[in-house]
Amino acid sequence: MSETITQARREENNPATAAPGVQQMSMQQALNRALDEILAEDPKTVIFGEDCGRLGGVFRITDGLQAKHGEQRVFDTPLAESGILGMSVGLAMAGFHPIPEVQFDGFAYPAINQIVCQIARMNYRSRGTLPMPITLRVPSFGGIRAPEHHGESLEALFAHVPGLKVVSPSTPHDAYHLLKYAATRPDPVIFMEPKSRYWQKGPVDVTNALPGTAVHDADADNGGSLTGARVAREGRHITLVAWGAMVARCLQVADLAAEDGIDVEVLDLRWLKPIDAAALARSVGKTRRAVVVHEAPLTSGLGAEVAQLITQSCFSTLKAPVERVTGFDVPYPSGDLEDEYIPNIDRILFGIQRVLEYRRG
Amino acid sequence: MTTNPVPAVVEDDAAPLTHPQLRELYNLMAAVRHLDTSAVAWQRQGIIPGYAPELGQEAAQVGSGYAVDRTRDFVFPTYREMGVARAMGLDMVGYMSTHKATWHGGMYNPLESRFAPIQAVVAGSVLHAVGWAHGQTLAGHAAGEMGVAMTYFGDGASSQGDVHEAMNFAAVMKSPVVFFIQNNGWAISVPTERQVAGGSVAARAAGYGIPSLQVDGNDVVAVYEATRSAFAHCRAGNGPVVIEAMTYRRGPHSTADDPGRYRTLEEERLDAGEDPLTRFRQRLLEEGVADEAFFAEAQRLAEEEEEAVRAGIADLGPRPGSEMFSLVFQEPTPALQSQATAWREESEHV
Repeated sequence: MSETITQARREENNPATAAPGVQQMSMQQALNRALDEILAEDPKTVIFGEDCGRLGGVFRITDGLQAKHGEQRVFDTPLAESGILGMSVGLAMAGFHPIPEVQFDGFAYPAINQIVCQIARMNYRSRGTLPMPITLRVPSFGGIRAPEHHGESLEALFAHVPGLKVVSPSTPHDAYHLLKYAATRPDPVIFMEPKSRYWQKGPVDVTNALPGTAVHDADADNGGSLTGARVAREGRHITLVAWGAMVARCLQVADLAAEDGIDVEVLDLRWLKPIDAAALARSVGKTRRAVVVHEAPLTSGLGAEVAQLITQSCFSTLKAPVERVTGFDVPYPSGDLEDEYIPNIDRILFGIQRVLEYRRG
Repeated sequence: MTTNPVPAVVEDDAAPLTHPQLRELYNLMAAVRHLDTSAVAWQRQGIIPGYAPELGQEAAQVGSGYAVDRTRDFVFPTYREMGVARAMGLDMVGYMSTHKATWHGGMYNPLESRFAPIQAVVAGSVLHAVGWAHGQTLAGHAAGEMGVAMTYFGDGASSQGDVHEAMNFAAVMKSPVVFFIQNNGWAISVPTERQVAGGSVAARAAGYGIPSLQVDGNDVVAVYEATRSAFAHCRAGNGPVVIEAMTYRRGPHSTADDPGRYRTLEEERLDAGEDPLTRFRQRLLEEGVADEAFFAEAQRLAEEEEEAVRAGIADLGPRPGSEMFSLVFQEPTPALQSQATAWREESEHV
C-alpha cells in the first residue's frame, strides 16, 4: 500500500480533518506559519542562520519572513555554526528569544561546544539568572538522498546533555503547535524537523492544538498535551514507539500488520527529552509488547532509554523483551544505501514478529 | 612600549584622569595584587582547592575594567579576570566562590554586576559578547548611547576558532564589541611565538577590517585610555575594536602549574619587564599625586579587604544539594524531579 493512500485513508477517518479552522498544509508550510506568528506575537524573537533571510532557508522554512518582519528580526549570518549558536547565548542574555537554525543536522557538530558547554549550562552556571530561551531548529534525519553530513540522527546526543530539551514533530499539525510551544519556553529546546516529511501534507488545526483528544480518551496525558507523547494510532497487540520521520513509517507498518490481524498501537514520542514515561507505561501496560524504532545507530541510542523506561514500568506484565529496530552502528550511509540503513517496513515487521513469537526459555 | 592608536578609532576627547581617579586606580591595583597573592596562599593553606593567578596583569585588568559603564555595558570574562571583577565593584566573595568550588560560574548576580559568569572554556564567551552586542544594535539605541560588550581572552585562546568567528561576525554586523586580549606571553606552557601566527593578535584584526591597537598592558593609564577610546568608538555605532594589552603572567597558569618546567627564573626576570604596580607607584610619586602615607593606607585597605573576603568564603559552606537539581532548567523535567526526590530520600538515610 502506498504511503499516500494510507495517509489519505487515515485523514478520512480523522474527525479533526472536517473541523472548522482545519487546513491542509505541508510541514514546511506549518513551520513557516508558526514562525510567522511567533515573530508577530513576540517582539523579542529573532530568527537567524545561514541563508534564512533573503533565500528563506534551503528548505524554505523561513520563506518570506524577512520581507515581512524586517532584516532586524530575520537575518543571515556568516557561515559558521559555532558563531550562530554562540551568538544565541549573548542574544538570550540581552533579553531576546533566539530561534537559530543550523542548515543540516550534520552541521550541528561544529557548534557542539556552544550547545553543550554554553547554551545547556548557562542557566545552571548563572544560578538561574541567565535563562536560555533558545529554540534551535535542526533539519534532521535521512531519507532525502542528501550528501554526507546532510542526514544524521542526533537525538541521543542532545538528549544526553543536561540542560537541553529535545522534541521532534511527525505531522504538520504537531510541527505547527510544538514549534509555537517550544519558542515560548524559558529553556533551550532542540527542535528536530524530519526533513523527509517537509513536503507531506496533513490537516493542521491552528485553533486547537489538541484535536486528537476527541478521538482518543480524554486523559490529558494521552495526546491531550503538547508536553507529552501522542497516540498516533490505537491498537491492542503491540506498541511501536517512534518519533519524527519514523512515525509515518510505523503507521504504514500498522496498516499492513492489520491485514494479518495484528492490531498495532503507534506511540509518537514527540519529546525525546523529557520522555513521556507515563504514556509509555500506559500504552505498553495495555499491549504488553513493544518495539522501538529509530533511525539513529543502535548502540547507546534512545531506544535503550525507551526500553528501560518500559521495563521499569511494565516488567511484570511484559510478554517479551522490548525489541529495537534501528539504524546500524555505521556512519549514515550515502543515498543509494539509505534504504538499507533506515528501518524499513520489512525490518519493523520482523521486529514485531520477534516480539510476538517470543517464548520464555 | 608605546600605544599605537588606530586611525579609525574615533577621536577620544575625554578629559585626562584626575588625581583622585589616579589614586583610585592605584587602590584598585593594590587590592587586586593583595587579593591575588593571598588567593594563592589560601590554596596552599587548603582554604580553596585552586586558583588562576594574575600576578603582573593588574594594570591590564584594572585599567580596562575601570572604563566599563555598569549602567549599560557588559563584560564577558574567562577564569582569570579577578582584577576586572574587582575594578567593576563585584561582590568578591561571590566571585571567589568559584575558586572555593562552591558553584561554577560564581555566586554574584551577572545581571546586576554586568559581569557574565566565570568561564573555563577559553574563547567560549567571545561569541556571547558578539550576540549581546548585536542585541544592542537590534534595540536601536541612539548613536553614543549604545551599551558595549567587552570580551576578555588571552593569546592562547586567540587560537580558537570561536575567536575568528566572533571577529568576523562582529565586523560583518558592526557590533559594539571590544575584544580585549591580555597577551601575557604564555598559554600555560606554550609561549606566544608558538601560539600566535601573524605577529600579534592585534595584527589579525586587519583581516577583518577591525581597527586594533596594541597597548602597554603594564601601564594602567594607557590601558584605561585605550579602552575608553575603544568604547567611544563602539558606542558611536562604528563596530568592534581589538585591543591587545601586552603584559606578562608572572606566576603559574594555575596553582596546579609548575612554570619551572618551561621557563627559568632568569627568563621570568628578564621577560616580565617592570612590575605594573611598582611602575605606577613611581609615577604617582614623581607627579606628586600620592605620597608614602597614601601607599601605606592603600596596602592597609587591601589587607582589610582580603581578610573580609577570606572570612566571607570561609562562611560560604557547601550549597544545599537540592540546587544541583533545581537550577538546571527553569522548568525541570519529571525525570530530574524524581532524581531529586530519590537523592533526598537516600541522602537522609546516610
